Amino acid sequence: MRLVRYTLARIVFYVTASLFASFFTLPLLWLAFAPFNEKAALSVTVPDSPSLANFGQVFKNTFAVRALFQNSAIQALGAMLIVTLFATLAAYALSRANIRGKDLISYGLVLFSSVVTGTAAMVPIFLLIFRLGLINTHLGVILVFSGGLLPAAIFIMRDFVDSIPRSYEESALVAGASPWRIFMDIAVPIVRPGMMVVAVWAFVNVWGGFLIPFILLRSPEKMPAAVAIYSFYTEAGTPIITLTAAYSLLYTIPVLILYLFVNWRYGFRFFGGIKS
Amino acid sequence: MQQRRSLLSIPASLLFLLPAGVFVFIFIILPFFWIAAVSFTNRTLTGRTAVDPEYVGLANYLRLFDPDRFLRSGEFGASLVITGQFVFFSAIVGQVLLGLLLAWFFFNRKGWVRETVQTLAILAWIMPDVVVAFAWFAFLDRDAGTLNQILSTLGIGKPDWLINLPLVSVIIFNTWRGTAFSMLLFTSAFGSIPPSHLETAAVAGANTWQRLRDIILPLIRTHIITDLILITLWTFNTFTPFLLTGGGPAFQTELVSIFTYRTAFKFFRFGQGSAVGMIMMLINLVFAIFYLFLLRRQQVKL
Amino acid sequence: MLRKFRNLLVTLAALLVFAVPALAQTQLAITCRCVADGVNSAQVQWLNEFVIPEFEKMMADQGNPVEVQLIEFGGSDEGLKEQYALDLSVGAGADVLGFDGFWIPEFVSANLLKPLDELAGGEVNDWEGWNRISLGLQELMGVEGKRYGIALGTDSRMIFYRKDMFREAGVRQWWAWQPRSWADVLEAARMIKETFPDAAVLQLNAGTAMGEATTMQGYFMVLLGTGEHMVTEDGKWIVRSPGILDALNFYKQVYVDENLGDARVQLLQDGRNRSFANFRDGNTAMLVEGDWFYRSVTAPGKEFAVTDRDVNMGWAAMPAKAPGEGLRGQDFVSISGGTGFVLNPNTTSPQEAWELLAFMNSQEALMAFQGIQPRIRVRDDVPVPENAFLTTTAQALLPLSTARPLAGIYPEVSFQAQLMTERVVSGEMSPEEAMNAYAEAVTELVGADNVIDLMP
Repeated sequence: MRLVRYTLARIVFYVTASLFASFFTLPLLWLAFAPFNEKAALSVTVPDSPSLANFGQVFKNTFAVRALFQNSAIQALGAMLIVTLFATLAAYALSRANIRGKDLISYGLVLFSSVVTGTAAMVPIFLLIFRLGLINTHLGVILVFSGGLLPAAIFIMRDFVDSIPRSYEESALVAGASPWRIFMDIAVPIVRPGMMVVAVWAFVNVWGGFLIPFILLRSPEKMPAAVAIYSFYTEAGTPIITLTAAYSLLYTIPVLILYLFVNWRYGFRFFGGIKS
Repeated sequence: MQQRRSLLSIPASLLFLLPAGVFVFIFIILPFFWIAAVSFTNRTLTGRTAVDPEYVGLANYLRLFDPDRFLRSGEFGASLVITGQFVFFSAIVGQVLLGLLLAWFFFNRKGWVRETVQTLAILAWIMPDVVVAFAWFAFLDRDAGTLNQILSTLGIGKPDWLINLPLVSVIIFNTWRGTAFSMLLFTSAFGSIPPSHLETAAVAGANTWQRLRDIILPLIRTHIITDLILITLWTFNTFTPFLLTGGGPAFQTELVSIFTYRTAFKFFRFGQGSAVGMIMMLINLVFAIFYLFLLRRQQVKL
Repeated sequence: MLRKFRNLLVTLAALLVFAVPALAQTQLAITCRCVADGVNSAQVQWLNEFVIPEFEKMMADQGNPVEVQLIEFGGSDEGLKEQYALDLSVGAGADVLGFDGFWIPEFVSANLLKPLDELAGGEVNDWEGWNRISLGLQELMGVEGKRYGIALGTDSRMIFYRKDMFREAGVRQWWAWQPRSWADVLEAARMIKETFPDAAVLQLNAGTAMGEATTMQGYFMVLLGTGEHMVTEDGKWIVRSPGILDALNFYKQVYVDENLGDARVQLLQDGRNRSFANFRDGNTAMLVEGDWFYRSVTAPGKEFAVTDRDVNMGWAAMPAKAPGEGLRGQDFVSISGGTGFVLNPNTTSPQEAWELLAFMNSQEALMAFQGIQPRIRVRDDVPVPENAFLTTTAQALLPLSTARPLAGIYPEVSFQAQLMTERVVSGEMSPEEAMNAYAEAVTELVGADNVIDLMP
């Protein structure tokens, strides 16, 4: 009886798990096969003879290759560093200092940021970056992305910082350590997994972002992959399915690797809950 | 709540806040005021009003709420209704509930099954927009798409998703896209529940559902509120469905974010576009206050 | 730290000093929606292989060396327009800009463009080319008699049809089909529908997803056939009229009542491509398009190439509703647009920029372009080489053709027209309701003084 119940429970578990898994996998099946099919269409077909020919074609497009491995990388890494560092600093301050109305500040900023990262703000952002002389520069793109992502990053990061115990810091404070030392030597090592989550989150947001680089950049030499993917379009303006599929896969691999690395090294998980 | 001892002096904390503060001031606060100011003008980027925009008072706002056309397709009210359905079904029911379900399902379990499913959910969340849009285009295609191939094998037929069920399509899409965040948040929330609480309940003979309802949910209340605030906000403002449907057919998937884009960019009407942006923020504010109110009320009750 | 900084400054200064001789050479940038191996690839080829090297050589010979850089833009037309509007509003952007002629009025009314002669001086008006370009074609890139740029070419619109499908369905004179009225078009469509019950026989663009392609290839081609235009002679926008109603009823007949076309294709994001694919695959027998469809879309080796095109594909002029009922009393109608290049008013070297534009439109340069991709050019001394299709269509259709209203507000009215057709083909509204919604929207756009109601 016990065994039957156990077996049943296992079956239910595996069936449910595979339903969940299919929900997330099925829409991506096409992306797994089409890149290796020289005759790819919209249907999912296992190619008779898998080939790398599509990738060969993609690598001939120097503009798109540079966009992916150079420009997207520079912009995403740049914004990732800024967002992670500054959000951690700010979240630490909001968590550990008695600042009046700090919850209101975090909520308010997240609200503002949702308006400002929307399409309505693209004109003021463009004008701003123009005044700063940063049109058509990686820096301009990095700064704008960082500004837009910081509020939510601080919001998430505060959650991590709030959930770490204060006792180490308290003893260090008693021992006379400076705030900076306490932050660097005690807080940062503990919240590092949280920083990694925020870093991955910031990275993927910039990596996939289209509108901001599109508005702020002009030369093809600086465009990121989100824009460059449109160079695999035909004369008639339709995507060349084989090449867009191959490029899409190449475009996805870095975020996947980043995630797998962080998950393996630090564990990709959130802690605590945001206290209010 | 009693204020805990400060671990950081005010001057030091201000220094810590400074770098992020500078960014936020330049790239969030300044544009915000620009938008607020422009929302009271008829400024455009091309055409006559680009040269000398005029102050029009509340005209942009009143136009959005003009009762004669408010709910007509392609107008602001219709777009709000669509967005409301979209947020309710894809964010609150879809992402939050599915995320909770996933976290609950894998609670206290380890191993490759959990790792695999979680990784797949996270993959859907971290992939670039354009790629996801291509994949879903292929997935939902009426004749060749994976979904319809499966459905027709099961004898269900081949619905024309993006034409006949556009809103349903983008709702499923957005649920798929964003569930990972809620799942991660709830997974960590469950992890923070002291095991002793659950043991006591198990001893008292509570079944799974009772445990979830009476013990776990109240304990992770704050996480749920946090999740609701962020997910509602993000879903309200997401633009990705545009890549699938362009807001159509016949405006059936024109979310407010797409409405803003059409107003502000297609014809460069920044005055009107900014007014929509401001209203979106106010709506988000109402949501946040409502959720926080729920949280406070429950705290008092406890 | 400080020393390092000083060293850096010194190095920078030194670099600047040495860089000055190089900077003395004029730099020009030119941008267009064109990508090698992608959109408008022929233009990239022409610019890179002929225009830029030859122009640089010519200028160097004149003792005024110029370096020209091509900035390829791979996004959508709308995206390019956004970038131009932003750039020009802050005084930035490339020196020579690839422009669609119908954008010009709205940019001009925002002071974002300047007439050529105001920018580069009176010598512009002495350019030999003006004598070779008819006034009508000069207007493609002009507003109110002022020239802002030069069109690279123009086009005409017609019905493309699949002779093989026509033959199989037994349409009379399938080898040289020429309908005289809308009824003829519908009759042929019905015959074909009988032979090919699953086919989307007739493709007449509708809906907002296809953007301007709906207005030009769809709505205008039927509207003009009723004898009306979008505006009256004295510039009033026609918001309600028997012509609009006839045009919408034609749409309704095709897509809703008789299912002669596939309404779904009109509503999908990638509908236009699907319509091309349908034509290629023999699922669509008639498709209304510009000569671009022949020049580029269905050309051998291209994505939508039609097998044995010379045998299987024909063209016919778009008939008016009934003979003599078209615009200006014509039997057949067509509408033309043009894309070309304008000068950026913020250019630091207006003289050189103008010289580049003039060089691009010299007989020599356009002849070189004809070698890459034959097209109807605006210069009368640049014939279409050995291309029976383009020559005959140009002769037959250009005299019948008209152009879009030259008004800054036009793109928004055009969007409303697309929306009106979408509402009809999707079955959301009846033609009357759709027209009334159009009337209301356009009246709001242009003001009640600028519209006219022609309904009896």
